[in-house]
Amino acid sequence: MAESATGEKLNYLNHERGLWSWLTTIDHKRIGLMYLFAMTIFFFVAGILALCMRLELFHPGPDIMTAETYNVFFTLHGTIMIFLFIVPGIPATMGNFLIPLMIGAKDVAFPRLNLLSYYLYLIGAVLALVALVKPVGPEFFSNFLTWLGLTGPVDTGWTFYAPYSLESGTAVVWMTFAAFILGFSSILTGLNFIVTIHKLRAPGMTWFRLPVFIWASYATAIIQTLATPVVGISLLLIILERVMGIGIFNPKLGGDPVLFEHFFWFYSHPVVYIMVLPAFGIVGEIIPVFSRKPLFGYKMVCYASLAIAFVGFFIWAHHMFVAGISDKSAIYFSIATFGVAIPTAIKVFNWVSTMYKGSIRLETPMLYAMSFVFIFLIAGTTGVYLATLATDVFYHDTYFVVAHFHYTIQGGAVIGLIAALHFWYPKITGKMYNDKVARSAWFLVFVGFNLTFLPQFVLGMQGMPRRYFDYLPMFEPMHQLSTIGAFINGAGYSLALLNLFYCAFFGKERAPSNPFESHSLEWQTQSPPIHENFEETPVVTDWPYSYGVPVEGGGHH
Amino acid sequence: MNSQTGELAGPPHVHHMDARTAYGAAKLGMWLFLGTEVLLFGGLFAAFAVYRWKYLGEFTHASKHLDWRLGGLNTAVLLVSSFFAAVAVDAAQHNDNKKVVRNLAITIGCGLLFLVIKYIEYSGKYHHGLFPGTAEWNSPEFNESYKCFFGLYFAMTGLHALHVIVGMIVLGWVLSLARKNRFSRKYYTPVEVGALYWHLVDIIWIYLFPLLYLVA
Ligand SMILES: [Cu+2]
Repeated sequence: MAESATGEKLNYLNHERGLWSWLTTIDHKRIGLMYLFAMTIFFFVAGILALCMRLELFHPGPDIMTAETYNVFFTLHGTIMIFLFIVPGIPATMGNFLIPLMIGAKDVAFPRLNLLSYYLYLIGAVLALVALVKPVGPEFFSNFLTWLGLTGPVDTGWTFYAPYSLESGTAVVWMTFAAFILGFSSILTGLNFIVTIHKLRAPGMTWFRLPVFIWASYATAIIQTLATPVVGISLLLIILERVMGIGIFNPKLGGDPVLFEHFFWFYSHPVVYIMVLPAFGIVGEIIPVFSRKPLFGYKMVCYASLAIAFVGFFIWAHHMFVAGISDKSAIYFSIATFGVAIPTAIKVFNWVSTMYKGSIRLETPMLYAMSFVFIFLIAGTTGVYLATLATDVFYHDTYFVVAHFHYTIQGGAVIGLIAALHFWYPKITGKMYNDKVARSAWFLVFVGFNLTFLPQFVLGMQGMPRRYFDYLPMFEPMHQLSTIGAFINGAGYSLALLNLFYCAFFGKERAPSNPFESHSLEWQTQSPPIHENFEETPVVTDWPYSYGVPVEGGGHH
Repeated sequence: MNSQTGELAGPPHVHHMDARTAYGAAKLGMWLFLGTEVLLFGGLFAAFAVYRWKYLGEFTHASKHLDWRLGGLNTAVLLVSSFFAAVAVDAAQHNDNKKVVRNLAITIGCGLLFLVIKYIEYSGKYHHGLFPGTAEWNSPEFNESYKCFFGLYFAMTGLHALHVIVGMIVLGWVLSLARKNRFSRKYYTPVEVGALYWHLVDIIWIYLFPLLYLVA
């Protein structure tokens, strides 16, 4: 085996050194890690904004900020979390790292394009930060900033609904342009993954030998490429409308604001599957490994990913039941939305059936995966309340929606990502995380998360509207529970990520190449993998889930 | 492509897959990208459909302000340009780099001509006060459905013109490779995907032209 100058085994982390080798890398593994670093920063920034809001809501009335600041905070929390953290999310980090390894390829199909996606992401992030600038300083300077459209942080909410986004005096043009660039980055990533999965599978890696994470990533990539252009054009139209005064969405200029909502949700409903489908894939990888049983109903899990992606394109107007759409289309969108519950439930049944009578090891990744299943069950069933026309009229724009959304996205996508980071940690870093710390962090995350958002379901049912800075005294106890939960939750994430970062840089314990005894291809190469992933192109002869099945030469795996 | 029979050779930097895979990957990638472009314009087409239904009479009337002769001329220019792009691909498959250069130069020239005609049309609109930001446009008498029609007109044709410019840059890059004799029967991927992109730009205009100019 090749060795570096210092006598270490060569791997993708040490075969080249220095910042420049990272910034110019076209190695999918390094690009995945660079996304992870940037996204972690944004996750904490947006998380701190959330904690500030929770603190403000501890008592009714203004405590630590004004109502205007609160509007800016929830807009930034949403925009940063959505566009800079969870949309690139699992695909950009774990997808980049794992897809070529799992299919036995040396890299993605277009490595340079992959690096371009990363820089587009950074440019989008910088534009979003610039959009926070307020016109300050000497008069000529503040006039200049105003002329540039930098008129203060955006207060429209992450949805940029017209007509307010057309009238708001804040830097909407900058923020929407940032989102446009980030969307472009997302499209190129998705395109790259589709081509990679089609063209670069190792010999013998047929479609039905692919790990379910690959199927989930494939379905996600389809949404990324097909839905994102539509939000791109609607954001572009918002910009044109503000800059040139043309009339598309503004009723004052002959436009129709409901059309914006259609365009926006045509993307932004499917986008929740960009966030959560890869997490389904991750849970599908983790549960068989720690149950030592073959994944139950493998083909159905694969098809279910595609079905979710497909149905997801035809249900967007369930966000608009009270926006004045016709009764007939509301009935259609309601029924079609129930349809998503079928493939989603198939997945849940398959995970639970995989665990049934397995020999379960409650390692940290498995704890997160099981929490995911538990939380997602609540997320899915509360979604049905919101898809039902009669109940949605009441729940719409209340904390019920906030709680449902965070159960799917934080409890789903974020916990899925944290599960993945622990599971593939030995592969990525070649080290082991501190298990005791990891478990305590999991406990804080799980308890904190549920304590934050279960009371919000109750608040919603009592009629507490979302995005409100102030509230009636009757809501105080639930808000206080939620705030306490949020801080526990935040402590849990901080502890989990600190543990991972600390052990990666200062940990002494070297990980074996396959500590969890997975059968998947990425574990069959050394940890961390070499620059080209495999010494020789692997030849695949079986699917990756034959756990607990007698193999040639006797014994069970 | 039917003429591709023997082994394909790849560009020097493709180290992680063989040449045939690289060729297939590039083509699939470009087709997917064209799909995203169709959806990008699809949003505009959907908006146009909605407002044409909402302002049926006004849209018909507003459309009369567009000169179908200039629009038709531009359609012809783009169709001719697409023909030469296709000839360039064929030339690359027959190892004729000089012919690639010639035909791509004509294609790019057509793109330039298209932009010049578009500029003439835009400045005409400006003089008639049908351009966003002019005094007439901002006056309260300006019909709001006109703001919608011309708003969509400028958004659609402007975005399309941007694609023409990008297409010219892409083909210019391919042309520079052809001048270095990079292409052969075994390797002509950039010519083919570049031409594919150009055809899409052409096709979008073929939809825009009747929708905007001939709607009356
Ligand atoms: Cu939705």
